[in-house]
Amino acid sequence: MSTSTAPRTASGDVAIRDRADVLRQVKTVVVLAIAALLVLLFALSVDDPKIYWTLEERARLDTRRTLNAHVVAWSAFGYLVVALVLAALNRIRRGWVAGLVFFGAGLAFYAGFLMWFFADQRELAGIGAISIVNPLPQTVLYATPLVLGALAGTLCERAGVVNIAIEGQFLMGAFFASVASSLAYSAEAGLLGGALAGVAVASLLACFAIKFHINQIVLGVVLIALCLGLTNFLLGQIPTARENPVLASYLNQPVTLDPIRIPVLADIPVLGPALFNQSLLAYLMYASVALVTWLLFQTRWGLRVRAVGEHPKAVDTVGINVARRRWSAVLLGGVFAGLGGAFFTVGSTGAFDQNPSNGQGFIALAAVIMGRWHPIGATAAATFFGFMLATRDQLSVLTKIDSELLSAAPYLATVIAVAGFVGRVRPPAASGEPYLKS
Amino acid sequence: MSEAAATVQEEEKQERSARLRDDIVTTMLAIVAALLIGAVLIAFSYERSLDSLSYVFSYPQDFFRHSGDAIWTSYEAMVKGSVGSISALSETLERAAPLICAGLGVALAFRAGLFNIGAQGQMIVAALAAGYVGWTWDLPVGLHLLVSIGAAVVVGGCYGGFVGALKARTGAHEVITTIMLNYIALLGILAFALLHPAFQRPGQTEPLSDRVADSAAYPVIGDLHLGILVALLAAALTWWILDRSTLGFQLKAVGSNPEAARTAGMSVPMAYTSAMVLAGVFSGLAATMLVNGDRFAISSTLFGTIGFDAITVALLGRGKPLGTVLAGLLFGALQVGGRAMEATSVGTSPDLAQVLQALIVLFVAAPALIAALTRRRRREPPPAFAAPSTQEEAA
Repeated sequence: MSTSTAPRTASGDVAIRDRADVLRQVKTVVVLAIAALLVLLFALSVDDPKIYWTLEERARLDTRRTLNAHVVAWSAFGYLVVALVLAALNRIRRGWVAGLVFFGAGLAFYAGFLMWFFADQRELAGIGAISIVNPLPQTVLYATPLVLGALAGTLCERAGVVNIAIEGQFLMGAFFASVASSLAYSAEAGLLGGALAGVAVASLLACFAIKFHINQIVLGVVLIALCLGLTNFLLGQIPTARENPVLASYLNQPVTLDPIRIPVLADIPVLGPALFNQSLLAYLMYASVALVTWLLFQTRWGLRVRAVGEHPKAVDTVGINVARRRWSAVLLGGVFAGLGGAFFTVGSTGAFDQNPSNGQGFIALAAVIMGRWHPIGATAAATFFGFMLATRDQLSVLTKIDSELLSAAPYLATVIAVAGFVGRVRPPAASGEPYLKS
Repeated sequence: MSEAAATVQEEEKQERSARLRDDIVTTMLAIVAALLIGAVLIAFSYERSLDSLSYVFSYPQDFFRHSGDAIWTSYEAMVKGSVGSISALSETLERAAPLICAGLGVALAFRAGLFNIGAQGQMIVAALAAGYVGWTWDLPVGLHLLVSIGAAVVVGGCYGGFVGALKARTGAHEVITTIMLNYIALLGILAFALLHPAFQRPGQTEPLSDRVADSAAYPVIGDLHLGILVALLAAALTWWILDRSTLGFQLKAVGSNPEAARTAGMSVPMAYTSAMVLAGVFSGLAATMLVNGDRFAISSTLFGTIGFDAITVALLGRGKPLGTVLAGLLFGALQVGGRAMEATSVGTSPDLAQVLQALIVLFVAAPALIAALTRRRRREPPPAFAAPSTQEEAA
């Protein structure tokens, strides 16, 4: 039960090892051993090691290159074995070194898996074998709404208000982004509409949570139900293009955002097209991550917001208005969540269809907790989800793995991550508690 | 001494009945408030009242007449369509039965301090189990139904219990794990099963299952299958567990203060696990209402938002068995009535029913809001809706 960490010396080494620390090491060794074993199996099962790959988003016959699957898979296996031995001897220093080693282990496993997956294909006439492509542009695309939603969740929870209703904010944001974009015939206006809708839901959340002291988890669920019903209802009121083409085009035929290519940066290999050839929304997302991190940790407002989320009474005692800080954080969160919702209409497919976000708000919520209520952590967790979704898309071209297993994989990975590695995380102390001035 | 005890009892009784009266009044006011907002939505979605809005300043009565017509027609259809006839009533009861069962599961977990968003996933896996037994096995009438229900209950309980065990052992937040297990059930297990020969209807290429055999169906009276009776029995069982059994006492103790419960010698992990097992059991029972009761074929759209509605049912029922039954009946009626609204000349969208559900729960949860609107005395949220700290302070 004990979660206390072992005392550490200045260099970061564990001086005295307690049970939790040993347990952590055992866990690491077991995970690395499983990964190494799987990669070994992958490497052994490759018969025809010729794999086509390209750094671009789409493979073309003239630009694709080949690699030897055996070489890659065995070097991945080698790396994992080295990491395993180091972990078994407890020689991996905690901190960023360990982070780097484990990131490398994840990468090695991914590489080994890809080698197995894409090897031994039969060449298809005209198309050739299917190639490995750069998954990162897709990752950033999928991650955009998740990161924005996770930022909203982080902001709210840091201020002490649990925001389950990210999904609801997504839905309303998506709907009103579509309407605003159609009315104004401009995608940017759609973003504005989405953000405003997000703020509207946030103000409901703030009003009921801060003013009326309702259990915030309950409130979030109810708000999602309300937003789902309301967007479906409103969608039903918009005539289809066949019934009334004029009205339909004014209400639900939005202009979508085009990708904007940033001249020099987009030419960086691998990362360039992923990060700098995206729509305006993605750039807003990058800016939001920086903005939220800066606001929370570098400004007076952020310090107070965090204090309100940890110990509202202390904050109140020194004369700071608790409710006002919470309101401002929740409303600001609404802007991000609404922008995230706009992704589902003006940011991607265009017209609003029933329940376009389809539970992504919940994934953003999971990212908040996996990221331990830190904007950077939440962004990393959301990006991981985006990566899983992009991988799912990429792997669906071959039928080596059941498509059902593929689509369930991101959620399975979350359960494993939350149960195995995140475990007992500590939320902001006053998260979910209304502040009653006595 | 005994006199004093009698007075205390008397006082408690009075307090209880006062609270009950308050609950009823708040719920009624919430329903009225939700219907009023719904009326505005209906008025502004009716084409003719919108048309008359363009000349509302010269002929305001036109707008009000058309709106009034629309509201009256819609709500009349809603009432008639849900309780107006025997067939409507039995439809309402059939829709209410799974809502009640799943709501009981959510309510039970809620009393143990767990927020079970996973009713959907638990229902999906349980439905597959009930269905598989229902259409492949060959057993005598009666026994077949029982075995099928048993399979659903066991599988649902395991799926729910997994979340509780994870929470107890690793501290994984149940909100996240239940949400993720919902997706795993829907996108992974269900999608896989429906294309597997053991589950897919023979000769069918769509992901659609068979229907259960006659011997595995709930008995039927007229149009009504007897799932509602099972749901009522489940409610009685929940009441017994919560108010009369040691387990229920432990669940409630852990729910209101885990630290105190631990100090008193109760096992918190045990309570979490058993609460989630029970939640899964009731969700499994809810699944049998659809599979063995309505005898629907299982598809990816069969479950709709029922797991989510179950949460609102449990909340409106304030986490109590009787309340959950009443809330389930109300929501069942709203959903059936919502469909009837669409069939009228006004053609109000059935999605209004969901808006109404959410609004009702929202207003019930915020008595302070209702109080502000009606100038009744200001109160804190009822215990089931109160945020954690207010509950602790009250205790």
